[in-house]
Amino acid sequence: MTGTPLLDIDGLSLSFRTRTGTVKALEAVTLSLAKGETLGVVGESGSGKSVLSFAVMGISDPAATVTAGRVLFEGQDLLTASSKDLNALRGAEMAMIFQNPRVALNPIRPVGRQIEDVLLRHAGLTRAEARERAVEMLRRVRIPDPQRRANAYPFEMSGGMCQRVMIALALACSPKLLIADEPTTGLDVTTQAAIMDLVDDLAKETQMATILITHDLGLAAQHCDRIAVMHAGHVVEVAPTAELFAAPRHPYTARLIATTPRPGVTLDALEPIPGMLPDLRGTLPPCRYAARCGRREPVCDGGALAAHLAAPAHSVLCARPL
Amino acid sequence: MTDTATPAPAPTTAAIAPPLSPAAATLKHIRYVLSENPVTAMSFAGFGIMILLGIFGPLIAPYDPLASDTAAALQPPSGAHWFGTDHLGRDILSRVIVATRLDLTISLAAVILAFVVGSVAGVLAGFHGGVTDRIIGRLVDTIMAFPLFVLAMGIVAALGNTIGNIVLATAVINIPFYVRMARAETNARREAGFVEAARLSGNGTFRILGWHVFPNILPPMMVQVSLNMGYAILNAAGLSFIGLGVRPPTPEWGIMVAEGAGYIVSGEWWIALFPGTVLMLAVFCFNLLGDGLRDIIDPRRRT
Amino acid sequence: MASSVPRMVGRRLLAALPSIVAVVVVTFLLTRALPGDPAAFFAGPAATPEAVEAIRHSLGLDRPLPVQFASYVAGLARGDFGTSLTTGQPVGAEILQRLPASVELTLAGLVLALLIAVPLGVAAATRPGSWIDHGARVVSTAGVSLPVFFTGLLATYVFYYLLGWAPAPMGRLDLFATAPPTVTGFYLIDSLLARDLEAFRSAFAQLVLPALTLGLFAVAPIARMTRASMLGVLSSDFIRTARASGLSSGKVLFAYALRNALLPVVTTMGMVFSFLLGANVLVEKVFAWPGIGSYAIESLIASDYAPVQGFILTMAILYVLLNLLIDVLYGLIDPRVRIDA
Repeated sequence: MTGTPLLDIDGLSLSFRTRTGTVKALEAVTLSLAKGETLGVVGESGSGKSVLSFAVMGISDPAATVTAGRVLFEGQDLLTASSKDLNALRGAEMAMIFQNPRVALNPIRPVGRQIEDVLLRHAGLTRAEARERAVEMLRRVRIPDPQRRANAYPFEMSGGMCQRVMIALALACSPKLLIADEPTTGLDVTTQAAIMDLVDDLAKETQMATILITHDLGLAAQHCDRIAVMHAGHVVEVAPTAELFAAPRHPYTARLIATTPRPGVTLDALEPIPGMLPDLRGTLPPCRYAARCGRREPVCDGGALAAHLAAPAHSVLCARPL
Repeated sequence: MTDTATPAPAPTTAAIAPPLSPAAATLKHIRYVLSENPVTAMSFAGFGIMILLGIFGPLIAPYDPLASDTAAALQPPSGAHWFGTDHLGRDILSRVIVATRLDLTISLAAVILAFVVGSVAGVLAGFHGGVTDRIIGRLVDTIMAFPLFVLAMGIVAALGNTIGNIVLATAVINIPFYVRMARAETNARREAGFVEAARLSGNGTFRILGWHVFPNILPPMMVQVSLNMGYAILNAAGLSFIGLGVRPPTPEWGIMVAEGAGYIVSGEWWIALFPGTVLMLAVFCFNLLGDGLRDIIDPRRRT
Repeated sequence: MASSVPRMVGRRLLAALPSIVAVVVVTFLLTRALPGDPAAFFAGPAATPEAVEAIRHSLGLDRPLPVQFASYVAGLARGDFGTSLTTGQPVGAEILQRLPASVELTLAGLVLALLIAVPLGVAAATRPGSWIDHGARVVSTAGVSLPVFFTGLLATYVFYYLLGWAPAPMGRLDLFATAPPTVTGFYLIDSLLARDLEAFRSAFAQLVLPALTLGLFAVAPIARMTRASMLGVLSSDFIRTARASGLSSGKVLFAYALRNALLPVVTTMGMVFSFLLGANVLVEKVFAWPGIGSYAIESLIASDYAPVQGFILTMAILYVLLNLLIDVLYGLIDPRVRIDA
C-alpha cells in the first residue's frame, strides 16, 4: 500500500431496524483499498459482505442505519455527503456490478440505452456521442456485433451476456473503484471464468481498484491481491492472499480454507464448519465466532475485542489467534 | 441473493412462544389482528349492527315504512322524523332501517348462489382440467366479455323485472371471480400430498373434492365472499336506481336514492342522503371486513 | 422491430374474435328469452289473434331459432339493430348519434382518474408508512365503496345547489348554448374546431361534475394497483443498479420504475373499463347526460327492447375493443410481449 488509500472504511457499524429487534449487521468494520488494488471480501451468506458494499455505494435498505464510522473515498466522507454529491460519484468514480445480472438490468429498456443513460448523466456527451460510446463499451466487454446488440433487451440475452452488459455499464465512465458483488453467481462455470478474466483485464487496463465480494475463497485467491474474511458482521482477518493461505491466524479463516476444494485434496478431507452464524439481534458476545470455535477459552468471552496486527499488513480479530 | 440488505423475515411469535393448539393459535391471531387494526374491529361491529337491523328492523322502525302522510311530506330532519320525510310523507329513518333486510337478502342470496355455482365449477375445472376446464373457461370468458353491470341490466331486462331476477343477474356477474379463484386454488392443490394420499386410500373423485380439496380452498374464498358482498349490494342498488328490480313503494336503498334524486336540485337533500349514506357505509363495511379477513387468513398478503 | 407492432395488433384482433362472437350470441339469446310476446306488443291491445300472427310472421318470430339468429347476424352486418318502438327510428342510427356523448364522458372520467390515481399511487409507494400512504389506502377502500349514483347526487347538491359553481345537471350544454357542428361528436373537440369558445366553455362546465363522479370511482383500483406494483418495482434489482449508477432520482423514478410499474396497471385497466362502462349508465341518469346509457334506461322504462339490445351489444363491443387497445398498449410498453408475437 502506498500513499493515501482510495477507499478507507473506518470503524463502520450498521444495523437494521426490524419488527423483532435491531440486527447488528456490521460492527467496527475497518478496511482500506489502494488505487488499482484488488481486494477480496469473503464470508458465508449473511456475514455482511453485501451489506458492506451497499453501504459504501450508499444504496442501503431504508431500514439500515449507520451507527458509527466513516467511509472515505479519496478523502470525502460518503456517509455524510449530500445525495447530490453521492449521485455525482456513483456510476462515475465508483461503480458496482451485481449477482443475477438478468434481473439487475431494466427489463424493458434496450441495453444500449441503459449504458447511454449513465453516460448522459456523467460524461457530458450528446445523445449521438453517448450512443457511440455505449456501442464501444459493448465491444470492449467482447460482445459480438455490439451495434445490433445495443438494441436488444435483457430477456433476449444469456446471463453471461447480461453480466457483460452490466460490466460495460459500470465501466462506461472509467470509475476508479469497482465493487463486484458475487458477479459470477448464477452463471455456468466457463462463463464465470470468462467474466472474471474480463474484469481482471479491464481493471489492469484502467488502473481501477476492485473489491470482489464472494463466498468462494478459491475465486478470491485467484483474482485478489489481498483478502478480507468476514464473519457475522465482523472483519475477522485481512492479509495478502498468499500469506492468508500460508499462515491464517484466525480460526475461522483456517476452517474456511479447510472447506475450500483445491487440487490434491479429496472430498473427505474437506471439513464443514460447525454451527451457524449467530442471531445478530440482541446482545452479542465480543467474539461472534466463539460459539462455533474449537479454541474457545474464558479469555474469548472477556472484554471488548480489537483487531491487531499479527504481521505487517496482516490484521486479525481474535483473542487467541493461531 | 443470499446476502441482501434486507434481513430475512424473523420467525413469527408462534415459533418462539410455547406451542398452542391450532384453535387457540387462530383465536390469538384474530385477537392480534383486531387489536392491531381497529378499523377491522369496527368493520366487524358494523357487520353485527347490519345483521341486527336486518333481523329486527321492522320492530325497531319508529313508523310504518309504507304509511304516507301527505300533510307531512318533504319535511327536513326533526325530532319526530330524524331523517326527515319523503315526497309522500313517509318516515325516511323507518324506510332506511326496514330496507336493510331486503338489501342484505338480495346481495347475500346472490353471493351465495355465485359462490356455490362458481366454486363447484371452478373446483371441477381445476381438478379435471382438459375439456371440462376449457368449456367452463369459455363460459367465464363470455360473461367477462361484457361490462358486468351492463350484462346484469340485460339479464334483468330480458328475464323480467323481479327481485328474483336481480338476485340471478347479480349472481351471474359474480360467478367468474369464484370460478377463477376456486380453479386456481384447486389446481395448486391437485398434486398436493394429502390429495394423493386420499386418492390412494381409495376415495372417489367427489369424496376427494368435497372432503379434501374444498375445505382447503374455503378460507381464501370467504375473503372473496366478503369483498363481493359489497359489490353485490352496490350492483343491486344500482339496478334499482335505474328502475330495474325492486319497485316502489318497497323500501330499498337504491330506489330511495332514486326517489330523492329529483329533489336534490331543489335542495331537499335528506331524501337521498340518508339511504345513500347507509348504502355507502354498508359497502364500506363489507370491503373493510374482507380486507380484515384477508389479514386473518393470510398475513403475508397484507396490502 | 417496428414491423412487429402491426403483427401484434393483428394477432390480438384475431384473439378478440371469439369474444365478439360470444357477445353476439348472448345478446341474441337474451332477446329471445324476453318475457311476453313482442308480436302482441307491437300489435297493440286491440289486435285480433290473426293480426298478431301476421306481425309475428313479418318479424320472423315464427321461424326456427337458428334461422332467426342468421337473420339477426345478417342484420347486424348491415348495421341494422332493429327499430325503436317509442321513436320509430332505427336503433343503430340513434345509438351512433348518442355514442359520442357516452364516450366523451367515459374518456374524461378515465383521464381524470389516471391524473389523480397514478401520482397518488406513486407518492404512496415512495413513502411507505407516511400519511400519504395511509391516506391512499383509505381512499382506495372508500373509493370502491362509493355508489356512483349517490356521489353524483351529492356532488350536484354541493356544487350546484349550495355553492352554485356547477351548472344544472341537465345534459351536455346549458339551455342557451348551441351545439357545435358535428365533426367528432365530442363537444369539447368540435367546439374548438368551430372556434366557438362559448360552446366549449358550456360543454366543459357541464362535463366537469359527471366526469369527476365517474373518475372518482375509478381512482381506487388504479391507485391501489399503482401503489402495489410501484412498491414491487422499487425494491427490484434493476432499480438498485440504476441508483448505483448515480442516475437522478427523477430518472430512476419515472423512466425506470414507473414505466415498469405501469405494466400491471395497464392489465387492470380491463377491469376498470368494465366498472367505468357500467357506472357510466348510472352517471348518465343522474346528470341527464344524453348518451347511450340514458337511451337504454328510457327504453327499459318503455319496455322497448330493441334499443336495450342494441345498447348491450354496443357496450360489449366497445368493451372488447377497449380490451384490445389495452393489449396493444401493453405490447408497446413491454418489448417481451411485442417480440414474442
